[in-house]
Amino acid sequence: MNPYIVLGLLLMAALAVGAWQQKKKALLYEISWGHQIRKTLTSKSFLLQLGGFVAFILTWEVTVKTLGLPWFNRLPGPWECLLEWLSPDPAYGISIYTEDYYTHILYSTYRATTAFVLATLLGVPMGLLMGWSRKFYDYSYPLVELIRPIPPLAWVPLAILILPGDEPAVIFVTFLVAFFVTALNTLLGVESIDESYFRAARCLGADKRRLLFDVVLPGAMPFIFTGLQISMGAAWFSLVAGEMIAAQYGLGFLIWDSYSLIQYPVIVIGMATLGVIGWISSAAVRSVGRKLMAWRERELFGA
Amino acid sequence: MSIRSVGKIYDPEGVHVVALKDCSLEIAAGEFVAIVGPSGCGKSTLLNTIAGFDGLTSGEILLDGEPLATVDKDPSPGPDRVVVFQHGALFPWKTVLENVTYGPVVQGAMTEEEANTRAREMLSRVGLNDIETAYPGQLSSGMQRRVEIIRALINNPKVLLLDEPFRAMDTVTKSASHQYLLELYDATGKTIFFITHDLEEAIFLADKVLVMTTRPGYIKKTLQVNLPRPRQYSMLASEEFLAMKAQLVEAVHEEAVKAFEAGEREMA
Amino acid sequence: MARAATMTSASFGYKTRKFFMSKHFTRGSLAVIGFFALWQAGSMGLMPFMHAIPTPVTVAGAFWEFMCTGKYWQSWMDSTLRVGYGFVAAQILGIPLGLGMGWNRNFKDFTYPLFELMRPIPPLAWVPVSILFWPTNESSIAFITFIGAFFTIVVNVLGGVSAIPRQLVDAAVSFGASPRQVFWRIVLPATIPSIVTGMMVGIGITWNVVIAAEMIAGNTGLGRLTWEAYLAGYTPGIIVGMISIGLAGYVSSMAVKMIGDWLMPWKKVF
Repeated sequence: MNPYIVLGLLLMAALAVGAWQQKKKALLYEISWGHQIRKTLTSKSFLLQLGGFVAFILTWEVTVKTLGLPWFNRLPGPWECLLEWLSPDPAYGISIYTEDYYTHILYSTYRATTAFVLATLLGVPMGLLMGWSRKFYDYSYPLVELIRPIPPLAWVPLAILILPGDEPAVIFVTFLVAFFVTALNTLLGVESIDESYFRAARCLGADKRRLLFDVVLPGAMPFIFTGLQISMGAAWFSLVAGEMIAAQYGLGFLIWDSYSLIQYPVIVIGMATLGVIGWISSAAVRSVGRKLMAWRERELFGA
Repeated sequence: MSIRSVGKIYDPEGVHVVALKDCSLEIAAGEFVAIVGPSGCGKSTLLNTIAGFDGLTSGEILLDGEPLATVDKDPSPGPDRVVVFQHGALFPWKTVLENVTYGPVVQGAMTEEEANTRAREMLSRVGLNDIETAYPGQLSSGMQRRVEIIRALINNPKVLLLDEPFRAMDTVTKSASHQYLLELYDATGKTIFFITHDLEEAIFLADKVLVMTTRPGYIKKTLQVNLPRPRQYSMLASEEFLAMKAQLVEAVHEEAVKAFEAGEREMA
Repeated sequence: MARAATMTSASFGYKTRKFFMSKHFTRGSLAVIGFFALWQAGSMGLMPFMHAIPTPVTVAGAFWEFMCTGKYWQSWMDSTLRVGYGFVAAQILGIPLGLGMGWNRNFKDFTYPLFELMRPIPPLAWVPVSILFWPTNESSIAFITFIGAFFTIVVNVLGGVSAIPRQLVDAAVSFGASPRQVFWRIVLPATIPSIVTGMMVGIGITWNVVIAAEMIAGNTGLGRLTWEAYLAGYTPGIIVGMISIGLAGYVSSMAVKMIGDWLMPWKKVF
């Protein structure tokens, strides 16, 4: 399919989503759909947002392609990258039509998810225990503080040596970052719980074990989820680095590889894809958090 | 309950804050006792020792003749002395019903079904049954406090401890809450230990008002409130009420000035 | 779980003494000693997968060797400088941007969508672009470190500005303050805690980024040192590198924390 047609389709999809949002707003404010759309399109806020974005793309295109300014002219231009991304027969082998593109995405996503899940499964209990039992905290905190300052990426060489193969090494390094972030945020969450809740629970007959499940865990949830979002971002951060250093396949690898092979538009495609996937994964964590913490969402109007 | 010569010193070898010193008072069964005093004078500390959140450095507390807390025996919190907290401590992540049934279920005193029935019964008796699936975050502070009191009462405590529960409320909600508490008191006859800084509230609600001194805290003055029950709002303007209030004001004011100056000294 | 303490100068020494004699300290020390003991035992053959790892004793020896070379200290220098450039640049550009975005609605509308779009892109993904763009190797690495700290600080500052209670601004205005005065005397100081938090998170990220950038595309520095040890198969060197990097990160975090405490005499950072 002609890339321009694909572009057109994508634009229409984006417009449809935008229109749908406007409809929901229109219902909320009890004005007509058309009116709401007009209101948004002409609002200063919307125009500025659009303007900012457009200005950036234009500046990019102009400095790189049109004017070919000294430092800029080795970079690929936005239009060039977009066309490449949508082209059924891309010059550099990566576009939405090629299988390789999705292979790379899959590898990266798989690694990031595995590391993230592991880090959460180990990090949250760790943080909870550290906050709940002073004894546990005393034993573990010095060790954590010993290991934590070492940047995860410094582990890469060692990890490659110890763990069998490159895959586990990359996942391990990613896991490490996410683990510390999750554990510490969970700990912070536990510490932030108002003492009164503990006292109330104890009055009502809760023993230490009960406190963990009835007070510590739910009370720390908001912080836990903030931590999970941060750890998701941190996971992607380490993953890309790990992939650049020591992997085959994956978006990080793709970016580095296309640089070495002088396939510059692919760099931008890789970066943009990373950005989108990163955003989606954070949004996913956020929405899971919202569901689990329904008790936070509902506020009494005008109370 | 007997509180005899209770002393509490925080950080004895360090900063050495003497919160309570030689504090004694007696509470009869079914009595409604209020404690007033300037902020930071140790009222909450006393409540904490009764409730079991803190230990004593001297003296003893007896409940029904049995020692509850002594210097050697650190008390632990329990459902016989449930606390209602100043800023509210309903678990925000549990519904109203779950909050209320928490105590009995956790202690194993009732099965979940029994607890649910009992909770619903108690809630409907005070007209709160339609919010049972709501979360505390959706309720107004007045309703929250009421639910918290029910949550405490369902455990059939020997003493109900309230730490300035109505402090953060506006006047209207506060007077509604007073009525609510008084009705419950008249109906259940529980022993109540109530901390407040509002003198009128203290006189209006209690059988006996105790004035605590500023740090180190002990009971300076005991005032018997002889107003008949059930209490009526018209009493607030009566002569006896105003006379009692005058006495309290005098006693508290003296302490308040001391506390104020002490605070200034600390800063300087 | 609150650990409040009113510290008078007289009790500070007492508190320190009390800590070192406390059971908390003994437990912690036990844990650390146990860790090293296990490591030593494991590397000496007790644990199968640890055969490649050198013993703590070997590492200590290698550490000493390294410290005697000039190259080691030069690496420290190089890495620290890169961290410094990138971090400082990020603060210089990021703090005003964050303040501007928080303060001026129009400015935020113009820049925020782009900012949000760029933010999820991991800093290291910028490496090739950076190399293509910047003329020298040093500047391209500095740019990457800049990116790492930049987004963090802007997000934190933005959050800080939005969290300023309305009453503070209103109070100032009611005293007759002009918008400019409100900005410099109210908004800026009120945002300092967030700036410090952003700096503390940022410095950690910056170190991470520098090390990675050095491993991928650098010629000197602690990251490069570690990588070279790896390439040469000299495992103790790898661990020495890791520890050095960890130390450097720790020291810089402490430095930032001290700056934070100095900026905010009215509040302890943590």
